[in-house]
Amino acid sequence: MLARLFKSEPVYLFFRSPAAMLAAIVAILVLGGAIFAPLLASTDPYDLSSFSLMDGLLPPLWEGGNPRFLLGTDDQGRDMISAILYGARLSLTIGLMAMAVASVLGVGLGLAAGYFGGRFDAIVMRIADIQLALPAILTALLIDGISRGVLPPAIHQDLRVAVLTLAIALSLWVNFARTARASVFVERNKDYVQAAMIMGQHPVRVMLRHILPNIMGPLLVIMTVDLASAILLEATLSFLGIGLPADSPSLGTLIRIGMQFLLSGEWWILWVPTLFLVALVVSINVLGDFLRDVFNPRLR
Amino acid sequence: MAFFILKRLIQSIFVMIAVAFLAFSLFRFVGDPVSQMTGVETSAEDSARLREELGLNDAFIVQFGRFTRNMLQGDFGYSYRTRQPVADMIASRIPATLELGTVALLISLLVGIPTGIFTALRPRGFVTQSILLTTLVGVSIPTFVIGIMLIFLFGVQLGWLPTFGRGGTVQIGGWTSSLFTFDGWRALILPALTLGVYQLTLTMRLVRAEMMEVLRSDFIRFATARGIPYRSLYFRHALANTMVPVITIIGLQFGGVIAFSIVTESVFQWPGMGLLFLESIRFVDIPVMGVYLVVIAFFFVLVNMIVDLLYVAIDPRLRVREDG
Amino acid sequence: MLEIEGLTVQFPGRFGVFTAIDDVSLSVAAGEIHGLVGESGAGKSTIGAAIIGLLQPPGLVASGKMTLGETDLRSLSMSQAHELRGRRISMIFQDPQTSLNPLMTIADQLIETIQAHEDVSASEARDRSIALLEEIGIENAATRIKAYPHQFSGGMRQRVVIALALCTNPELIIADEPTTALDVAVQSQVLDLIRRLAKTRGIGFLLITHDIGVIAQITDNVTVLRGGQLMETGPTQKVLRTPDHDYTKSLMAAVPPLDRKLDRFLVPDSDAPDLAAPAGRSAADAEQWLTAGTQIFGEGLGMTDVTVKFSGNRTSLFSKPAAFTALDAVSLSVRPGSVMGLVGESGSGKSTIAKVLTGLVQPSAGQLYLGDNDLPPARARSRKDPSRRQIQMVFQDPYSSLNGRHRIGDILAEPLWHYGLEADADKRRDIAAAILDLVGLSADAIDRFPHQFSGGQRQRIAVARSLLARPSVLICDEPTSALDVSIQAQVLNLLKDLQARFGLTILFISHNLAVVRQMSDDVTVLKGGTIVETGPSEDFFTNPNAAYSRELLSLTPGMPGQ
Repeated sequence: MLARLFKSEPVYLFFRSPAAMLAAIVAILVLGGAIFAPLLASTDPYDLSSFSLMDGLLPPLWEGGNPRFLLGTDDQGRDMISAILYGARLSLTIGLMAMAVASVLGVGLGLAAGYFGGRFDAIVMRIADIQLALPAILTALLIDGISRGVLPPAIHQDLRVAVLTLAIALSLWVNFARTARASVFVERNKDYVQAAMIMGQHPVRVMLRHILPNIMGPLLVIMTVDLASAILLEATLSFLGIGLPADSPSLGTLIRIGMQFLLSGEWWILWVPTLFLVALVVSINVLGDFLRDVFNPRLR
Repeated sequence: MAFFILKRLIQSIFVMIAVAFLAFSLFRFVGDPVSQMTGVETSAEDSARLREELGLNDAFIVQFGRFTRNMLQGDFGYSYRTRQPVADMIASRIPATLELGTVALLISLLVGIPTGIFTALRPRGFVTQSILLTTLVGVSIPTFVIGIMLIFLFGVQLGWLPTFGRGGTVQIGGWTSSLFTFDGWRALILPALTLGVYQLTLTMRLVRAEMMEVLRSDFIRFATARGIPYRSLYFRHALANTMVPVITIIGLQFGGVIAFSIVTESVFQWPGMGLLFLESIRFVDIPVMGVYLVVIAFFFVLVNMIVDLLYVAIDPRLRVREDG
Repeated sequence: MLEIEGLTVQFPGRFGVFTAIDDVSLSVAAGEIHGLVGESGAGKSTIGAAIIGLLQPPGLVASGKMTLGETDLRSLSMSQAHELRGRRISMIFQDPQTSLNPLMTIADQLIETIQAHEDVSASEARDRSIALLEEIGIENAATRIKAYPHQFSGGMRQRVVIALALCTNPELIIADEPTTALDVAVQSQVLDLIRRLAKTRGIGFLLITHDIGVIAQITDNVTVLRGGQLMETGPTQKVLRTPDHDYTKSLMAAVPPLDRKLDRFLVPDSDAPDLAAPAGRSAADAEQWLTAGTQIFGEGLGMTDVTVKFSGNRTSLFSKPAAFTALDAVSLSVRPGSVMGLVGESGSGKSTIAKVLTGLVQPSAGQLYLGDNDLPPARARSRKDPSRRQIQMVFQDPYSSLNGRHRIGDILAEPLWHYGLEADADKRRDIAAAILDLVGLSADAIDRFPHQFSGGQRQRIAVARSLLARPSVLICDEPTSALDVSIQAQVLNLLKDLQARFGLTILFISHNLAVVRQMSDDVTVLKGGTIVETGPSEDFFTNPNAAYSRELLSLTPGMPGQ
């Protein structure tokens, strides 16, 4: 079983591609760091009592900082490493959840639209058209704006992560829906689907058991690319001050805070989280690119 | 052909109505318009009278009809925050955003299309691989980080270019332009680059993918077998066929340019519509948010109509009826 | 004129170097049509690509000599080779739909090609193009030349492709399956044109095809390839009538003859398993299971006055979208336990009949029946309707008819589970293994995936799947047209055997008259959605009634005087 896996085309190509391997290592490291943040971080950046202003604005170790804070501290005396790990944890959580919601919603609608065609397809695609006229970031901003108007401020604070996730998910589902629908259009005329339809199998079974496994390739690519988009979108919203507040900083929030130190000498407060975010997203995109090449051999 | 155009026109109108409906729902259901317009000391009778005057007691569909009619006549209502007419607020911000977006889009097309062609024609070279890697990093860096990096390098470290505002502007009719002064261009460079770089990488990758697809097609193989010169093969046969799908996507990208201009404007304090939108979100200024939506959708629909016309111009299959 | 000696083409790859062409020699003289025939993977197209210098990377000519006249083709630089293409060697591709640039007029493409090789003015090139189009049989060429490719029909488009290959007066034209995408009537016109051009202009043709009929009809000499190696070469009449090589002999035995009906093809069954299947999983067990049910095999199937309309595309704002009538009041009756052959060109409505009977397409009028009962049409046919089990279908393309993500065992067990024929999962597995033995595959195939099998093996699996429903009717839609002829012979043998053993009713749809003759008891000819002729098979082939049937039969390339 394992031997067959290693002989398979994607795995073979993976071990031939240094870029993909490096990206996978970076992605796994970041993911591991995010998951085990409470164990790895020396301080809890959400707990104001665990750090003191006395340690504020310490530079990284090699610029003469304190050995307790390898990458220095911010103005509050927060350890940068701890802040980044917790920030990545939050960014990845939101990104993964948004991607999951968007893929279930989008793939479901796309599958059904492609399979049934006709009026249902027309309605879904018109909604997708409208969604396209309002790009992702606009949709996310809008949903956040609406939630501010509708929800009382206290509740809005509590629901920020959920609202942010939903906003990002709703701005990304179209990609999934369009890809799934286009693939279904190709697949549904193939004989194996026709065979299942002739047998009288239930449409849900035909879609999930027969069609879905055969269109996973392009969907996997979209998933990776959209995970990167979701993380970027979260960072952007937080940077704009619409996303997460300073007391529970995601990577985007950390960068926004760091902006205040752009002109003063404390470069690490800005560039450390920035580099971390870029490394994470680059590695996800490299993996997405690799998958795209694997599933579309003609472009190789 | 006329049918194709008309079909797209009807679709566009449908999109516009839907967006207008969205904007109206925002205005009507997110928060109470009356309590937004009145202070704490307003009496209940005054509120009720205002409610009646605004027509908020009418049937929903009547209200939506009135809302749309007003919009068509240029009456976009008043801002909750500044009490100014929204139309004036938006109109004063449109030039800045359009100039920024257009220059950014031009950068993305003028650089993205040639590099896309180059990397498609030499898919395995060192230069191509380097460009591809660079663009991959390019799409992965958030727009605001690109902006910060440019500000840091050219504004802070080198001090060559201004890092905020529009610089010198010239008033032409109702249009405030920064395209006619040296100062204006200096101020425009960094934001336009910031906005353009992301679109550029997308354009390049798209042109490359489509071009490689076309280069693999039978008619290119046949033309190669006929000994058509490579220059004509690439730039006459392949490029034209590449552009058919590419222009469609570029039309869609315009939406992206406008959307990301929100971020760019925020980083560079560029006084455009995006900045206005951000402010209005922060203050829950619903009328401005709604109108912004409608304006954005309008530009998007307009650009895509132009794209459809281009499409017809390029592709004879849409122009000439089948008679074979 | 063209001399190839000891040509070897290699593709270096992941698992070592693959030798696609191994030491092949052949020659083409001026005015000669040289056929290059072989089954898929024989390397026919690779030879063509090597000659014109357009091998797909990483392919390379490893050794051998290729000369055209005095020119050594292997010693040319990249730009010299490109200069030579079109001027001295040209090429015709299989699919005329995709061979032309859709955004340029025919005139632009012709003029550009001429000017690429000769220093002539545009108007002179245009005049020559018009004359050429007329010579090639395009009427009203002076106006038609301004049209775009999509304004020509398939056959006309292939003529334009030939004109493009011809406009620079090359010495050699490589035609890679030039008629495979065309119907027989158009195919015969294009072949006539090729023969005329070889004769009048003295152009040498290298005609690459898998179709022995085409080889027999127009080539002077033929080279038979298999797995990249030359099997036999010589004058066409000699090679086809009295082949020397064993492979050529078995190939000829597998070609279905048009002029008589064979009981069985005399071909070795290369797919047969080496070991006998274990008890409980053998062909005998499968046969026992298939006949154990109370079902009576072989029910009659038919339709009366069935009309199918598809809504067309709206082409203008003010006219209604024109409805396209795919079937026009078609009545058809297949006798119980017999094989009905359904023939017709593309677009005649053959496949629509299959789709109506299987409930995929809703007819706008007419009745269907199965045995003595009405067969509900698409929308009225419930998912639990008994006919869903009784009517089974075998599709054309075995590469797409099996779900690539499922194991063979799961694919075969699905009908057993779906129709409630076998409740126990272990028993389903045993039956699946047994039926594999019945169709001539090894029982251990059960845990593999479809992509691990060849086309012929997959088609056997597809047949096995349809049998497991215990059907009374099998609808076969071009079941062998995607297969090589030796594999086709095996699959046809299998179908004949199964039909005889279980008395199945079969509706056998094919565009290939020779195949239909081998399979059917009755024949129905379809044209443009209406029935032209129907009757007993032997009567149809010896003495067709309708003029259209006679035309079809006369245009189908047959084997030389067997």
